[in-house]
Amino acid sequence: MKFGVIVFPGSNRDHDAWYAASHNLGQKAEFIWHDADTLGDVDAVILPGGFSYGDYLRCGAIAKFSRVMGAVKRFSADGGLVIGICNGFQILVEAGLLPGALVRNRELKFVCRHVRMRTETTDSPFTNAAHKGQILRVPVAHGEGCYVADEKTLDELEAEDRVAFRYLDNPNGSLRDIAGILNKQRNVLGLMPHPEDATEPLQGSTDGMVIFQSMVAAAAVRA
Amino acid sequence: MSAITADLISLHQLSADEYAKIVSILGREPSYTELGIFSVMWSEHCSYKSSRLHLKKLPTRGKCVVQGPGENAGIIDIGSGYVIAFKIESHNHPSFIEPFQGAATGVGGILRDIFTMGARPIAVMDAIRFGPIDDGLAPPETVARNRRIVEGVVGGIAHYGNCFGVPTVGGECVFEDGYSGNPLVNVFALGIAKKDEIFYASASGIGNPVIYVGAKTGRDGIHGASMASAEFTEESKQKRPNVQVGDPFLEKLLLEACIEAMRTGAIVGIQDMGAAGLTCSTCEMGSRGSTGIEIELDRMPQRETGMTPYEIMLSESQERMLLVADKGREEEVFKVFRKWGLDAVTVGSVTGDGKLRVRHHGEIVAEIPNRELADSAPLYDRPHTQPLRRAPMNAPEFQSRDLAGDLEALLGSADLCSKRWIWEQYDYLVRANTLATTGCDAAIVRIPETGTSIAMSLDGNGRYCYLSPREGARLIVAECCRNLSTAGAEPAAATNNLNFGNPERPEIMAQLVEAIEGIAEACVHFETPITGGNVSLYNETLGEGIYPTPVMGIVGLRKTAPPVTIDFKKADRTVMLVGGLGNCDPVRFGGTQYAKVIVGDLWGLPPALDMDYEKRTQAAIREIVNSGLAESAHDVSDGGLAIALAECSFGAAGVGAALDLNSDLRPEFLLFHEGPSRILISTEAPEKVAAIARRHNVEAPAIGVTIEKELRISNRGTELLRKPVDALQRIFEQAFGKKLRR
Repeated sequence: MKFGVIVFPGSNRDHDAWYAASHNLGQKAEFIWHDADTLGDVDAVILPGGFSYGDYLRCGAIAKFSRVMGAVKRFSADGGLVIGICNGFQILVEAGLLPGALVRNRELKFVCRHVRMRTETTDSPFTNAAHKGQILRVPVAHGEGCYVADEKTLDELEAEDRVAFRYLDNPNGSLRDIAGILNKQRNVLGLMPHPEDATEPLQGSTDGMVIFQSMVAAAAVRA
Repeated sequence: MSAITADLISLHQLSADEYAKIVSILGREPSYTELGIFSVMWSEHCSYKSSRLHLKKLPTRGKCVVQGPGENAGIIDIGSGYVIAFKIESHNHPSFIEPFQGAATGVGGILRDIFTMGARPIAVMDAIRFGPIDDGLAPPETVARNRRIVEGVVGGIAHYGNCFGVPTVGGECVFEDGYSGNPLVNVFALGIAKKDEIFYASASGIGNPVIYVGAKTGRDGIHGASMASAEFTEESKQKRPNVQVGDPFLEKLLLEACIEAMRTGAIVGIQDMGAAGLTCSTCEMGSRGSTGIEIELDRMPQRETGMTPYEIMLSESQERMLLVADKGREEEVFKVFRKWGLDAVTVGSVTGDGKLRVRHHGEIVAEIPNRELADSAPLYDRPHTQPLRRAPMNAPEFQSRDLAGDLEALLGSADLCSKRWIWEQYDYLVRANTLATTGCDAAIVRIPETGTSIAMSLDGNGRYCYLSPREGARLIVAECCRNLSTAGAEPAAATNNLNFGNPERPEIMAQLVEAIEGIAEACVHFETPITGGNVSLYNETLGEGIYPTPVMGIVGLRKTAPPVTIDFKKADRTVMLVGGLGNCDPVRFGGTQYAKVIVGDLWGLPPALDMDYEKRTQAAIREIVNSGLAESAHDVSDGGLAIALAECSFGAAGVGAALDLNSDLRPEFLLFHEGPSRILISTEAPEKVAAIARRHNVEAPAIGVTIEKELRISNRGTELLRKPVDALQRIFEQAFGKKLRR
C-alpha cells in the first residue's frame, strides 16, 4: 500500500506521518507538494499536522484553496481513503469534506499531552482492526482543537455512527467529547490527536498503529 | 548627512576613545551611516568587549569538537557521519519590553543560528527567570506585571517553536526579586547535519554574488543590539519599537528553502541576519573569508518606503538570511526560494579589497574595512574587585516546627512546583523523535539515522552564584553533567549563557570573571568543552541588578534505548542513594530552597562540591542505568532529598517510599540540604548496584523501600515525616496555575 503525505507550506508533522507509514508500518509513503494537480498512484492520503500557510486568517482556511485540495476532493469522491490529522482535520472541515468547525481550545492555550480516546465505531476503514470501545492513548498538540457544530449536526453524526473517537479526558472542550469524525461515505476521517506519534514503543505508545493497520486492511479489500 | 557631534556619539553608546579608534581605522570622520554600523558592531552584545578577555579562559577543544566558538553555533561529531550543532542565546531585554514577541524572536534567532550551519533544528530548551508571582513577595503591581511577563514569554516561546515545528523538550523556570525588572529568556537550540554538509558563514570567491533571502526589511529592531547593551531606565518602555515581530511560518519556509538550496551545491557561505542585521552578516562573512563585500541597498527587498541607508543597515527585521553563491549558479538558488515563495535577490558581490562597501542609489554611503569592523572592537580589561554580595556568612537561628509542612510549602513554591502549566503549551513531540522530557533528568531526542540519542540539560542557579560565583558556576556544570549521566548519557560538550549586571561596576565584573573561571575549571574537569555561547550584560533596571546567572547547556550522547525515568514504578523495590547522604553545615545551607522558602533568607555559601567524587558518582550512575539496573533514577538537587523523593513518587503508578536514614545531620539538613553528587534510584538488584558503586569508590547506601501511596521518612527509627502521595502531588501540580491566577 502507498500513502501520500500532503506537504503544505507550514506543514510540520508531515515527517512524523511519513515516518510512521514507512518505518513503523512498513508501507510505501511519499510526499505530495501542495501545488500538485494529482495524487499519483497513492492508495490513501494523509493531511498532516502543522500550521499550513501559518494558520493565518483561520486554521486551514487558506490551505483549502491550494491546488492539491482539488485532487483530494476528487480522490475522496471516488472513495479514496483520506485522513486529516490535527491541522489536516482543520483543513478538511474548512474544505467542506467534514462538517463542523475547530475553534480555540476552551483553556485558550496550546496543549500538548497524551490523552485517551475511545474507539466509538469499528465500521470504518480507519477503525476496522480495532474493537469497539478500544481505548487508545495518543498525544494531542494543538491550540485550536475544540470541535463544535450545531445540535442537529451533532445528533446526525451520532445517529449515523460517524463519531469515530471520543476523548475520555477532553483536553480542549470539544462538544460531546468528540475527537474524530467520519464523512457520510465513511472514507474520510478527521481527528485532532496524533496517532502517527504513537506508533512505536520508544514513543511511549503504539496505540496509534491500529488506525493505520485498519487503513492497510481496508485498502487491501478495495484493491 | 548629519554632522557627527559629541552628543550623537554618546547617543550611539560609543566612548570618545572608541570614536577616536573609528576615525583612525577610516582615516577620516565616519558618515552617519558608518557611525551607526560601528555602534552596533562594537556594542557589548555583538563584540563581547567586556567579556572576551575572560572568555578566552574557557576550554574549547575536545576530541569531538568540529567547530568551537566564533561561528553561528558550535558543532560536535556524534559518529556515523553526523554532527550536531547547538548554542544558547539570550533575549532578555526584548522580553522585558515586549514579553511575547521578545521571547518569540529569541527562539527564532537561535533557530536561524542552527540552520544557517546546514543543521535541521531538532530540539529547543528554555531557561527563563522572572520576578516573584506570589502575593506578598513583591508589591501587588509588580507581582501582577511579573505574571503578565510569564504568560507573555511562555506564549511567545510556544507560538514560535510550535509553528516552526521544533520540539521544545525541556528547560527551567526560576523566580527571584532581581528578575522583576530583568526577566531572563535564554533559548537553547540543537540541530543535526551530515558531517560533510556543514555550512559556514564565510564569503569567499571574488565576484561571487551576495544574495539576500527571506523576509523584507522594515524599520523594526533598529538598534536592538545596542539596547541589549545598556541598563534599563524609565524611558526604556519607549524602546518597544526596537523589539522585532516574529513570523514562525516564514522561518519554517526559510528553513526548508535554505536546506534545499544548500543541497544544490551552489551555496558558498551563509549567515543569518540576527543582531545588527545586514551590518553584522556582511562584515562578519567578509572578515571570516578575508574578503570585501559590496552591496547596493536599492536592491534590498523593503517592507516600507523611504528607508535611509542607516535604517536598512541596522534593521533587525526577522527571518532574513544572507548567502554567497557560486557565480553563474544563482538561478539554482533562486529556483528553490521561488518554490517556497520567498524573496531571493542578488544585492551585491564579493570583492577582493577587504572592505564593506555600501551603496545607495549608486552612491557610496559606507566604506569600512571588514576585519577591523568585525574583529577589532575595543577589548576592555574592566576593573574587578570582590564580587558583589550583601548576604551574611553566618546562618540565622531557625528551627522547623513541622517537617511535613515544610515539604508541602516547598512543593508548592514557585521554583519547585510542577511547571506543567508551562510545558504543556509547548509541542514537545513534533518530529516523532522525543524520548524524554520532564519525566527524566535530561531531555532525550533520538537520531534515527545513527542509533544514537542526544541528551540535553539546561541549568543555572543565581542564588548559588550570588553567594560564590566560582563555586556556583562549578556546581551548575556538575549538575548538568549529573543530569545527563542520570539519563545514561556521556557528557560531551557545552554552551553557556552568561547573564550579569553592569560590567562597568567592578563588583559585578568580578562576578563575571569568577563565574567564567569556575565554568572553565569544571568544564575541564568534566571534559565538556565550550563550543559557543552568549553573554548578556547590563541586566539592570534602575540600578537594581540580577543575581549573577550563568546558564549552562550541556549535551551528552547515549545509544538509543528506552529512557530510565524519574518515577518509582513498583512497590517493594530497594531505594538507594548513589553518592550517599552527603554532608552539610549551617553555612553551606544558606543557598538552598529551604533557606529561601521556609527561612526566607539567603546566607553563607553554596553546597560544597568535590569534583573528583562527583565525576566518579556520574560514572557509577551511568553504568548502573546503562546496565538496566535502575527502574527509576533522579538526581537530588534543588530542595534536597525530600523533594527528589516526592518527585519520584509523582508517577502514574502512585508509588511512594519508606526511608529510614542513618545520619548525624539535623533533620532540616538531612531532608533539604542540596549537596551535589547524589542520585536516588529504585532497583530490584541492590547488590549489583552496590558492587558497581564500590568499583567507582562511591557510596550507595540502601535507604529504604518503595511502598504504595505513601511517603515516610525516618532517621534511626525516629519518624521525621509521613504524608500520602496524592495529597503532596495535588499541591505540586496545582500551585503554579494558582499563582498565575489561571
